[in-house]
Amino acid sequence: MVAQNIAFGIIAAITVAAALGMVTTRNIVHAALFLVAVLGGLAANYVLLTAEFIATTQVLVYIGAVMVLFLFGIMLTRAPIGRIPQMTGATWPVAALSALALGGITVYALIDRFGTDSLATDNTVFRTADVSDSVFSQYIIPFEAVSVLLLAALIGAVVLARRD
Amino acid sequence: MTGALGLAYWAETSIKLGVALIVIPTAALMLGYLFLLKMMAFMQSRLGPQDVGPYGTLQLIADAVKFLQKEDIHPAVADRRVFRAAPVVVLASSFLLFVVLPTGPDAVVENLDTGIFYAMAVSSLSVLGVLMAGWASANKYALLGGLRAAGQLIAYELPLILAVMGVVIQADSLNLQEIVRAQAEGEIFGFGLIGNPFILTQFIGFLIFMISAQAELTQTPFDMPVAETELVGGFHVEYTGFRFLLFFMAEVATAFAFSALATVMFLGGWWIPGFDFNAPVLNVLGPVVMLVKILVVAFIIFWIRFTYPRLREDQLQKFAWKVLIPLSLANIVVTGIFKVVL
Repeated sequence: MVAQNIAFGIIAAITVAAALGMVTTRNIVHAALFLVAVLGGLAANYVLLTAEFIATTQVLVYIGAVMVLFLFGIMLTRAPIGRIPQMTGATWPVAALSALALGGITVYALIDRFGTDSLATDNTVFRTADVSDSVFSQYIIPFEAVSVLLLAALIGAVVLARRD
Repeated sequence: MTGALGLAYWAETSIKLGVALIVIPTAALMLGYLFLLKMMAFMQSRLGPQDVGPYGTLQLIADAVKFLQKEDIHPAVADRRVFRAAPVVVLASSFLLFVVLPTGPDAVVENLDTGIFYAMAVSSLSVLGVLMAGWASANKYALLGGLRAAGQLIAYELPLILAVMGVVIQADSLNLQEIVRAQAEGEIFGFGLIGNPFILTQFIGFLIFMISAQAELTQTPFDMPVAETELVGGFHVEYTGFRFLLFFMAEVATAFAFSALATVMFLGGWWIPGFDFNAPVLNVLGPVVMLVKILVVAFIIFWIRFTYPRLREDQLQKFAWKVLIPLSLANIVVTGIFKVVL
């Protein structure tokens, strides 16, 4: 596990550095690109956790689709090169507070649920079939709830975008 | 940890890396020479390159050396870091595709469980590089090209992935080796000699995959992002020298990788009829068979490229959203019904 620990250290350092870069940069496109690096770092950590399918999904959905749409939207509207004077970071205390609250809730929920569990050290690989089996049996209700939520968001977006 | 060759993990990985570093540029050069230079020339009643090497075979190597000698120019107002990183992102996306391409029972860089899903994920990274290049060049034509590319690649990624779904349902696996095995061990109405290449049962999927791949590769008739008559050169208009070379190599190498994916999913991959699926000799013969099939698929891609005129931007979007996506969804439904019934 030594190699995994070293790899985790390197990936975590890059991810945290990119996250800090993202919130401190004064250019909106740079911020989006830093976010890409953060999401890529998370994907790499999923690989270390032997969750290959989740890592691939992270790359496909977040980097390949969501971030591309972000960049597309930014560049379609207004994306000057260099420092943007409006990006002063004046709202950082509020942002820090909400980030802390969200992080706190997530960490609490994870420790509460998985506090003493540890990852198997025999290099077990979770096959994609295992992921789909658990999604469609144990986690079927959250899965369906998320599907309905996404459908509602989709219909809402269509309604908002309609002109007639 | 030891792999198929009985070597240590690091030794095997370095050998695979070395092979990949030789194969990818060679593949790009081969496609570039055969199709971009020679075939295009013949289709236009020209002779193509003649002077460098026999039949001009070394022309692209000479071109590469020429590109490497050029001065490294940045536009004065460009965002330098992003400008430099963009071609690397595009090329990395194309290199990562080669990781999962199987060419024999053991001849694969990494036989990932998520195989085809991984390939779709890394191929979507190239859009990021294209957007970065378009924005960082500080040029309105480059930005327009980048935006066109992004809009097009987002629209055509959906039918591409949905077309793959039909194959995945039929093969019961995302793994590319398992997809080859499913075709090798399949039967056509009880006749199992040539297996069951999925092009027979998934012909609609194959068509959708090829059309979407054409658009993903920004080849004509889907080449609006680099349309030279409207946008000078699209997202790479400000790039010269070796950075342009990186874009060019990525384009051709990705064309090769997509042809290989089509071969693996629809044409039976590296398996040769009559051989046992795990026969070690296929590690040698498999790559040859793959190469022949890849060249056939790539020929179709470039044939269409040199034959058809460019679509208009609205026609392109309409075609993706109103024709290809409903068709590929219907294909998934029909495949699913057959899967359950049979």
